[in-house]
Amino acid sequence: MHKHISEQYDAELAQIADLLMEMGGLTESQLNNSFTALITNDFDMAETVRDVESKLNQLEVELDGRCVAIIARRQPTAGDLRNVISVMKASTDLERVGDEADRIAKLAIEMMDHPTNAVQNNDLRNIHSAVVKMLRRALDAFARMDIESALRVIDSDAGVDRAYKKLVGENIDQMRTNPQEIERNINIIWIARALERIGDHAKNISEYVIYRVKGQDVRHGGTRIEADNETNT
Amino acid sequence: MLSISENQPETSESSAVTPECSLRVKDLNLAYGDNQALHNINLDILKYNVTAFIGPSGCGKSTLLRCFNRMNDLIEKVSITGQILFDDADILAPSIDVAMLRKRIGMVFQQPNPFPKSIYENVAYGLRIHGERSKSVLDGRVEWALRNAALWDEVKDRLGDGALSLSGGQQQRLVIARAIAIEPSVLLLDEPASALDPISTLKIEELINQLKDQYTIIIVTHNMQQAARVSDHTAFLYLGELIEFSDTDSIFRNPQKQQTEDYITGRYG
Repeated sequence: MHKHISEQYDAELAQIADLLMEMGGLTESQLNNSFTALITNDFDMAETVRDVESKLNQLEVELDGRCVAIIARRQPTAGDLRNVISVMKASTDLERVGDEADRIAKLAIEMMDHPTNAVQNNDLRNIHSAVVKMLRRALDAFARMDIESALRVIDSDAGVDRAYKKLVGENIDQMRTNPQEIERNINIIWIARALERIGDHAKNISEYVIYRVKGQDVRHGGTRIEADNETNT
Repeated sequence: MLSISENQPETSESSAVTPECSLRVKDLNLAYGDNQALHNINLDILKYNVTAFIGPSGCGKSTLLRCFNRMNDLIEKVSITGQILFDDADILAPSIDVAMLRKRIGMVFQQPNPFPKSIYENVAYGLRIHGERSKSVLDGRVEWALRNAALWDEVKDRLGDGALSLSGGQQQRLVIARAIAIEPSVLLLDEPASALDPISTLKIEELINQLKDQYTIIIVTHNMQQAARVSDHTAFLYLGELIEFSDTDSIFRNPQKQQTEDYITGRYG
């Protein structure tokens, strides 16, 4: 891509890209730390996640402000316009990933006295590692404008949804057979729900990659993008 | 025998479904001496639409615009091949009545150029040279044109004042009133707002929006955002070639050619 005649414009676009990646890095670590706090019953780590959450909110506000300034002052068009719009939308999704990580940290604190067992940890860990991979790939795809990678993220969301439904079913069964543990089972479902939502946000970010690169809106089963790799439906 | 009819053809019923073509450019080449300014241009200008020509200086957009009412005839050593069809007649044909053509295809230039006459006489001028003598008809047409050019309320009490006493923005609207007074089919606007202040520019843009219900409008502009604001279709020209022509939304949201993208996003082409 050629540089703009205005170097300042290039610098402003680079700034919003950097800020988005900063948000991405922070959400990844929030996701990992909140889950580690849950699994290891680490109160301090969970508290740290809760403290850092406000930093993500600030970054989102700052990023939105910069994007609005670019729209107002530069009137971006074509790829630049799609770039600014997709950065704004991706930042909203990342901030929500941060909210979900915060929710997991909060639940980790609530569950300190009744922590999850090894089997439950394992089920949650499977979903967690899948969404961690989705989020990382979505952010990589965004940084590199890599459609193939974005499509892989979109396709992998169905697997996370299936694992989530399976976990919910199993926990409902456990609640029936062992009603004393209902509170813990509900919390596990809440945690799985938060992870599943993070997968949805990673999918959204990947859809913005396609919009940004190709100008096609693939949300809600809109335009179909042909990919070289296999696609799940 | 080729001719340009004085009256506008009836709009066919199918025009609501398929936009009717007002001007059709076919294989147009134009050279100033050895310097080829337009290369094999093919383009359909839709009726009652605003079509913008954009591109860097020297890309040929004004040259192309001037072809539509044979303004290039005034330049020496111009050679033109190809066709521009208007009502099924080739307006480049030597047999075309150029005066009649210019009545049907009016033009407004970058610098407002009112005649050093009264406001009234500026608008009435075209009607007079086309033979209109009736005072009441002239009065009616002058008011109609000034109203359609969004100038009537500002000048109705001083129609006898000199046109040069008006502001630049008012002069440009007066020139547009002069152009539409003789009821052309097509209005060619060559950088109509580039000499105007921002508010006058917005008034001209709003006027363009109002006029497109009745006229086919082609606008040449250096101001890409103006093209984005006022036009339905945009043609991007570069070094005399038509690089991309599409609906304005597509051009500014997702152009298909890299050169278009580089130009409209402010990169080196």
